[in-house]
Amino acid sequence: MDNIINVKNLTYKYANGGEKKALDNVSLSIKRGTWTSIVGHNGSGKSTLARSIDGLMTFSDGAITVDGITLSDDTVWDIRKRIGMIFQNPDNQFVGATVEDDVAFGLENLGVETAQMHSIVADVLEKVRMTDFKERQPDQLSGGQKQRVAIAGVLASKPKIIILDEATSMLDPQGRHEIIELINEIHRENNLTVLSITHDVSEAMLSDHVVVINDGKVVETGAPKDVFKDNEMLKITGLEQPFSAQLFDDLKQKGVFLPEELKMNEKGLEEWLWQSLLKA
Amino acid sequence: MAITFKSVDFIYQAHTPFENLSLKDINLTIPDGSYTAIIGHTGSGKSTLIQHVNGLLKPTTGEVVVDDQTITGTTKNKELVHLRQHVGIVFQFPESQLFAESVIEDVKFGPINFGVTNEEAQKRAESALQKVKMPQEFWDKSPFELSGGQMRRVAIAGILATNPKILILDEPTAGLDPQGRREMMELFAELHQKEKLTILLVTHQMDDVANFADNVIVMDRGSVAKIGTPTEVFSDTEWLINHQLGLPSAANFAQKLISHGVQFKKIPLDMGELVDQIINLEGKGNRHE
Repeated sequence: MDNIINVKNLTYKYANGGEKKALDNVSLSIKRGTWTSIVGHNGSGKSTLARSIDGLMTFSDGAITVDGITLSDDTVWDIRKRIGMIFQNPDNQFVGATVEDDVAFGLENLGVETAQMHSIVADVLEKVRMTDFKERQPDQLSGGQKQRVAIAGVLASKPKIIILDEATSMLDPQGRHEIIELINEIHRENNLTVLSITHDVSEAMLSDHVVVINDGKVVETGAPKDVFKDNEMLKITGLEQPFSAQLFDDLKQKGVFLPEELKMNEKGLEEWLWQSLLKA
Repeated sequence: MAITFKSVDFIYQAHTPFENLSLKDINLTIPDGSYTAIIGHTGSGKSTLIQHVNGLLKPTTGEVVVDDQTITGTTKNKELVHLRQHVGIVFQFPESQLFAESVIEDVKFGPINFGVTNEEAQKRAESALQKVKMPQEFWDKSPFELSGGQMRRVAIAGILATNPKILILDEPTAGLDPQGRREMMELFAELHQKEKLTILLVTHQMDDVANFADNVIVMDRGSVAKIGTPTEVFSDTEWLINHQLGLPSAANFAQKLISHGVQFKKIPLDMGELVDQIINLEGKGNRHE
């Protein structure tokens, strides 16, 4: 697998001059077809990183390569064609009067001809299971449904990478669950590379790879079960332990014997506990 | 200040082709000094409900009584000035409403607008900023130089400076990181306990409901679907799942153990209760052996 995104020594300074850097010499690579979560507290620099990759923010030093193209003023539109962004607030992303119009908007901008546009729109609405809602107005939709339409709009332009900037943080539990499932599905079926900026530990646990950003620096990268095991790091970066690790630690402290490998395996912990409790 | 809804209907955009019944026959009482969580999925009427408490929306039929003020469809805004000083609403992303040149001026705006003197407003603003734990070194800075979490604290201080008796919070922790969320929820718990504020919390975070609320209202398609303590509401897990509502994470995990035949005395709502009950069940077994 090759790297679809390479970030090298990226530094971003705020416009008002100060010494504080939003990103300080950040380097990382994202393998093609993987799902990566970028975590860190508010103001850690994770959104700046995502927006720099899409060319939405101009950085001071460093280099970004996306799908073999080095980001510059000349290439920014080529790069944006390869990336679909989904933001936090679904209401701020709607442009069309109906669901269908909204999804078609991006395609119209790309100059796709009408017949082809209809078939693409129908196809992506089917993918996000919003076909029945195609003639609805955005204000008749729930938050989760709006995000599904936003995802359909992004899929319509056939990106290679989807970047989600806290896309589930404003949704209700049902909506959040739906979106995470949907992302997982399109990631697997279309070999899409997913980059998700999130505070939701349970979402990050499902991804392939986690990058922890703190004060503009990458402090840890790895598989979620390894990264979220590090209690000291979680404390410093203001992150939460996954549910299984909290329960594991609390039970262990009270003298319950549990095999170490269950700490990062909620399903396994569940199996172990019901079996031992029924035997008890 | 107690809040009572009596047969409240609210029709959105009445007498237009877009007419839409958003609240249906709401009857409920929120006791003075309670911490009430309002849950329900998007579009269930939670935000419409809370906007009736200070008369931002008025009932199409029925009445809302807050303390000694009755709000009906014909109540004039002028009559609500007194009430609005006592009901503070923190909307979603309140930091987007900051506007003044300095933090302290922003917080003073509310009280000055309600007619208090500059000195009194200054005093209230300082006290409110202390309550939200905003260090003094920030008071003269522009609110726009602060981080998202700090901006939100300033916006909340602006509401507190009007000396509300009822504090209404519409998803106050949306978009905050886990630590910011924890600190914010602790702040509200402190205001509830020390300042005896009645709190209405609209939230999707079932763990917050379990940890902080003493009263829960479940909204569904514009009606009240359930009212009770967190234990009462979360005990009926099947009903919650059918209504597309989540469970607190401890209850959710316990539910999985229950589905395998493990018997809990009552559904655990937080990690402490879950751990205690598991220890208890294990202990029982050991004694039998």
